[in-house]
Amino acid sequence: MLAASSFEKMETQTQTTMEAKETTRKRMSGSEALMQSLLHEGVDLLFGYPGGAIMPVYDALYHYQDKLNHILTRHEQGAVHAAQGYARVTGKVGVCFVTSGPGATNAVTGIADAMVDSTPLVVISGQVGSALLGTDAFQETDVVGITQPITKWNYQVKRPEEIPEAIAKAFYIARSGRPGPVLIDITKDAQFAQFDFEYKPTKKVRSYTPKTAVDKDKVAEAVRLINLAKKPMALVGQGVVLGGAESELMEFLTKTGIPAAWTLLGLSAMPSDFEQNVGMLGMHGHYGPNVKTNEADLIIAIGMRFDDRVTGNVQKYATNAKVVHLEIDPAEINKIIYADVPVLGDVKESLPMITSMVSDNQHEEWLAEFKACDKIEEQKIIQPELHPVKEGLTMGEVVRRVTEKYDDDAIVVTDVGQHQMIANRYFKFKQTRSVVTSGGLGTMGFGLPAALGAKLGQPHRPVCLFVGDGGFQMTIQELGTIFQTQADVKIILLNNNFLGMVRQWQELFFDRRYASTELVNPDFQTIARGYGIAGEKVSDREDMDAAVERMAQHKGAYLLEVVVEKEGNVFPMVPAGASVSDIRLE
Amino acid sequence: MKQEFTLSIYSENHVGLLNQVTTVFTRRHINIESLTTSESAIPGIHKFTIVVFTSREQVNKLLLQIEKRIDVIKAYVFTADEIVHQEVALYKVKTEALLNGNEIERLVRQYGARILEVTKEYTIIEKTGHKRETQELFDKLDHFGVQQFVRSGRIAVTKLKDELLSNYLKKLEKEKSLLD
Repeated sequence: MLAASSFEKMETQTQTTMEAKETTRKRMSGSEALMQSLLHEGVDLLFGYPGGAIMPVYDALYHYQDKLNHILTRHEQGAVHAAQGYARVTGKVGVCFVTSGPGATNAVTGIADAMVDSTPLVVISGQVGSALLGTDAFQETDVVGITQPITKWNYQVKRPEEIPEAIAKAFYIARSGRPGPVLIDITKDAQFAQFDFEYKPTKKVRSYTPKTAVDKDKVAEAVRLINLAKKPMALVGQGVVLGGAESELMEFLTKTGIPAAWTLLGLSAMPSDFEQNVGMLGMHGHYGPNVKTNEADLIIAIGMRFDDRVTGNVQKYATNAKVVHLEIDPAEINKIIYADVPVLGDVKESLPMITSMVSDNQHEEWLAEFKACDKIEEQKIIQPELHPVKEGLTMGEVVRRVTEKYDDDAIVVTDVGQHQMIANRYFKFKQTRSVVTSGGLGTMGFGLPAALGAKLGQPHRPVCLFVGDGGFQMTIQELGTIFQTQADVKIILLNNNFLGMVRQWQELFFDRRYASTELVNPDFQTIARGYGIAGEKVSDREDMDAAVERMAQHKGAYLLEVVVEKEGNVFPMVPAGASVSDIRLE
Repeated sequence: MKQEFTLSIYSENHVGLLNQVTTVFTRRHINIESLTTSESAIPGIHKFTIVVFTSREQVNKLLLQIEKRIDVIKAYVFTADEIVHQEVALYKVKTEALLNGNEIERLVRQYGARILEVTKEYTIIEKTGHKRETQELFDKLDHFGVQQFVRSGRIAVTKLKDELLSNYLKKLEKEKSLLD
């Protein structure tokens, strides 16, 4: 991407500071320098798939196998999703190797997913030799051009000397501020060539301000509004988790007594059973927080970005409320919802400033209004879902049995669709970073590889994947990776032989014209057996408890396939274009 | 209400920056009326001057999206009264047309244009000014047949006493040294 001369400019521009102890220069190849750079950044696990243009890197990796555990996935998309799962549960940067051309383009979906869900990744792609760039060489694609809009930063390396600095900058950018994916494309000749290696971690980049200092005047203004508010409501997003501000959040909420709802990606930022936790926002969130959004007189958005799945119709959103927006990314302020008081900066810094100044308060009556809504939802939706009168199993009762089996303390990973909404509604959490789900991009096929990455990131915590029969088959080959790594991933396949969410929309909005949503599925048990993965298929309610028990007791991966109600729907639901307060219970 | 805005964007001088900046507009279906890039007064810092026709609300959002790109240092937005701006236009006419009467010469004088090159076949006229002015000259010259016409993008400098970018860079240095 850079000419040699302009790279020298980059070196001065990034203004890396020398570590106190200067590393000694050692002559090595670009590929070995990459290994050394990754070790300097604390990497010990990575995911990837080899190919022509990244072979020198894999050759160097061969000599570093004791320090860098490389997980060979079955497809590059799987490698990126696995790295995402790893990053989401650990808070570390997920790392992937992919080759040029199709290797890099296969990674695109995962990179886009990480971008929209703010997941820190460093993706290293091999590239054809620099002399071949722009010649339509074998397996050449302009991966820097392709990934430009879906990476936080990307860069093409053409000389080995650039590798340490590019990697240092990549990790710094990926993990700082609002995290995101970075792609470094390395030409094959740069991987081969020898140079004198030296590593200096990046401390700052001139053109990049990861976070701004919190403005005390804005804090004071926020405090004034919070103290005045009669019906305040906090919206908790992933920014709390990414900022490691869970305890700061709890201190703020406990002191103010403000009811708090979480977004899909904000799940597990506070315990499920916390008294002021009023549930999930958005299209398939809970009844209370959606309805009450339009009754609240103050919205305190904490590290969330007012996604359209949260807001519904923005013209009819939070119509009675002033908005305080705590946010690290300046571009999110006023993007969707006007913020009366924007508080820019890391919520880990801004929340305690607010907490120290606000008055002790309680909002018992207001909180009781949410609880009244919960009663309605409990009666109309939750009880019928958990204790159905119909014969067919519902997704909700399966999810609830699993979460209870793990004492509400497992990591839940989901794919995308009905099961995702149900799993995230009915699973319960005791600790943070317990949810891995594809929010912004809604990537079917995300779940299976992400669950593998999550398990490798948190080997001592149980990892339960909920996946539908549609999404499962989008990355089903990663069962091979699970088999090879012997990762103990519990796969709960909620099989309705339908693309359930699309079918639900067809039922509700397209007069039940089920166009291309019914699946004729293979025998998933046979497939699992082929991959050496134990499992069983359950269709009857009375077999559920014992099956969940067998899954939990089994050492190693397990495929629990549950045949669920064919035409079950996820409710409540805010129909597209409707106001959040027009949420439908049926 | 839609109006004309001039954006001054300062970035590192990296390959691919132009694409990064323009996709911010194209993704949102905002037409770039004109675009000029060059080195700025500060070595190593590149300047983009972009003219768009949009609302104040939208342009503020664009600014933040542009600044979000890692290699962009800072972006500013101005209305026409806050800047001095200029464009240059070149007109190629047949020399024969110039020689047949004095109308073209009169236009060149009237519009403060100048003649850059004269050959037997063609004459190249240059005019700097605002778009309205260069367009007006084109319309008049076209009566005699303009064979080629090209107008550059806008270039602009601010009327402010303070140099925004230099001040920003100084502030940045101060803030970042505090972080260490």
